[in-house]
Amino acid sequence: MANDKIDHGRRKALTGGVAIVGGVGAVITAWPFVSSMNPSASARAAGAPVEVDVSKMQPGQQIQEIWRRKPVWIIRRTPEMVESLGALTPKLRDPESREGQQPAFAQNEFRSIKKEFLVLIGICTHLGCAPEYRPEPGTISANWQGGFYCACHGSRFDLAGRVYKNVPANKNLEVPPYYFLSDGRILIGMTREEAAA
Amino acid sequence: MSEQAGGLLGWIDARFPLSKMWRDHFAEYYAPKNFNFWYFFGSLALLVLVIQILSGIFLTMHYKPDAELAFASVEHIMRDVNWGWLIRYMHSTGASFFFIVVYLHMFRGLMYGSFKNPRELIWIFGMLIYVALMAEAFMGYLLPWGNMSYWGAQVIINLFNTIPYIGEAISEWIRGDFVISDATLNRFFSLHVIAMPLALLALVIGHILALHEVGSNNPDGVEIKKTKDANGIPVDGVPFHPYYTVKDIFGAVVFLAIFSVVVFFIPDMYGYFLEHANFDPANTLNTPEHIAPIWYFTPFYTVLRAIPDPFGGFVGMVLAIVVLFFLPWIDRNPIKSIRYRSVLFKINLLVFAITFIILGYLGLNAVTPLYSQLALRFTELYFLFFVVLWTYSRPHGAMFWISSFVILLGAVTLYDVFMNTSEYPELIWKTWIIPAAFLVVTLLLPLFPGLGQEKEEPARVTS
Repeated sequence: MANDKIDHGRRKALTGGVAIVGGVGAVITAWPFVSSMNPSASARAAGAPVEVDVSKMQPGQQIQEIWRRKPVWIIRRTPEMVESLGALTPKLRDPESREGQQPAFAQNEFRSIKKEFLVLIGICTHLGCAPEYRPEPGTISANWQGGFYCACHGSRFDLAGRVYKNVPANKNLEVPPYYFLSDGRILIGMTREEAAA
Repeated sequence: MSEQAGGLLGWIDARFPLSKMWRDHFAEYYAPKNFNFWYFFGSLALLVLVIQILSGIFLTMHYKPDAELAFASVEHIMRDVNWGWLIRYMHSTGASFFFIVVYLHMFRGLMYGSFKNPRELIWIFGMLIYVALMAEAFMGYLLPWGNMSYWGAQVIINLFNTIPYIGEAISEWIRGDFVISDATLNRFFSLHVIAMPLALLALVIGHILALHEVGSNNPDGVEIKKTKDANGIPVDGVPFHPYYTVKDIFGAVVFLAIFSVVVFFIPDMYGYFLEHANFDPANTLNTPEHIAPIWYFTPFYTVLRAIPDPFGGFVGMVLAIVVLFFLPWIDRNPIKSIRYRSVLFKINLLVFAITFIILGYLGLNAVTPLYSQLALRFTELYFLFFVVLWTYSRPHGAMFWISSFVILLGAVTLYDVFMNTSEYPELIWKTWIIPAAFLVVTLLLPLFPGLGQEKEEPARVTS
C-alpha cells in the first residue's frame, strides 16, 4: 500500500482479462436462452412417421396426408402421365434432380420408387405456399402439360414435382423419405434403410 | 425557473433533476422558429407509440397466445369485452397510422437533409426505430392467428431458408418448430408485447437525446446555434415550450380527428389495414388465394419478388433497407435543405417518392408478366436514386456525367440481356425506357448548367 504509483500495464491486463472472461461467460449464459428457441423435444417427437394405404387410389387421384404438420401428397399417376414426363426435359430447371430435394432412391426421372406413385411434400419451394394439383393439360396456359401450380407467385411444377424454368421457385418439390411396407402401404417419414437400422 | 425553487419542487430538485430536465428539454430547449407542416410527424409518431402501448396493454388482458385459442380470443375481444372492439380497432388502425406518420417523418428528413452532419446518429437511431417497428408490426400481425397472419408469416420466415447452408436452421430456430405453430405464436407474443416495445422505447429515448444534443434542423437547413444573442440564446430559436408544445397539440387534435374517422367508420380500410383473408382462422393446409403482406411492407416485398433468384431477392430486399442507414454518407452535398438544391435534386427526390408508392402498389397485387417487369424497373429506380444522390454531392465535369450515364445504363441493359427472365421480350424493351429515361434526366441534364444550379444558403432562417 505504501507504493501509490499506478501500474498501468497491470491495470490494462486485469481489465482486459476481466473483459475476456466476462465476455466468454456472457456467451455461455446466452446459449441456453438461444437454444431454448429451437424446436422442443415434443415438437421433434411429433415428427413420427405416418402409414398410408394407397391400394384403393384411382389412377390420377391425389390424396393428402400430414407428416410433421406438413402436407404430403400421394398421386397415383396414370400411364399417360408417366409417359409425358420424358418430353418435358428442355423446359425444366433440374430435370435430373441433381439438387438434394429427394432421398437417393427418388433421384430418377419419375422422382419416386414406383413410377405409378408420386410422393411429395406439398409446399412450394419458393416461399412455402401450397401449390394446386392441376393434372388437366391446357388449363393454366395453352401449353400446360399438367402438374402443380402455385397461385401465390406463379411457380409451375410437372407431374414429378420438377420445377419449370423461369418461375420464382428454383428447386423441385421436396420428396420426403418413405418406403413401401407392402404393395399398397407406404410409410412416410423414414427410408427403408433407416427403418432397418 | 432558473433560481432554486422552494417547497416540494425544491425538495425534489435537490434529489432528482426534475426542473433541470424540464428546462433542458422543454422550457429552455430552443427549436428553430421556422418549423412547418412536415415537423408535426415526429411528435405524432410519439403520440401513436403511446396509443399502441396503451391499447396493447388492454388487449393483452383479454388475448390468449395459444394456437387453439388465439383466433377465438380476438373474436371474444370484438364481441364480448366491453369496448373491446374500440380498443382493438385503435390498435390495428394505430399500426397503419404509425407507418404513415413514420414514412412522412422520414421523407421530411430526406427533403431537408436532416440526416446530415451533425445529425447522422439521429438518423441511425431513427432507422433502428424503423426496423424495430417493422419487426414489431410483423410479429403483431401473427397474433390474431387468421389465415393471412399464418401464411404471411410463413412466407416471410421462409425467406431465411434462402440463405445458403444455415438458412433452414435459422428459420427452424425462429419458428421453434418445423412449421409455424403454437411455439411460434407464443414467442411472437412475448417479443411483441415486451421485447420489442422495450427496445423501441430505448431507441426513441436515444433518438430524442441525440436530437436535443445537436438541436433540430429546419426547412432552411440553417444551424440556429451559429447565431446567438448576448445571453447565448439562438436568435432564430424559440423555446420548445410553449411554442411547439402548443403547435404539436394542434397537430395531435387534427391527427386524432382523422384517426377517429378510420377507427369508427372504416377500421379495415377496405382490406388495406385489416386484410379480408384474416377473418378466417389460420389453416395450415390452405393458402389464401393471394398472399400479400400488409401495405407498409409491400414496397420491400416488391423488391423481393422483382429478383427471380430467391436468395438474390432476399438480399435485394435487405439491401433496400440497409442502404437507408448509409444516407448521411451517400448524400455528401453540404447544402441541407431542398429549398437551396438544384432542380435535378428535386426531380430525383420526387421520382423516389413516386417509385416507393408504385413499389408498394405492385406488392399488393398478384404477379403478372407486366407487373413483374414494372417491379424490376422500379426496383432499379429505387437503387439508382441513391447512386444519383451520391453524384449530386458535388459539381462534376461533362466526362463524369457522360461516363456515369453510360456505365449505369450499361449495367441495366446487361442485366436485361443476360439475366432478365421475362418470357416477353417486347415487355423488357418497353419497360427498359423507364430506367433509361430516368438516367437521361438525372445524369445527362446536369450538362446544362441551369438545371444543376444550386442556390445560396441563407445565414439565418427566412421565415
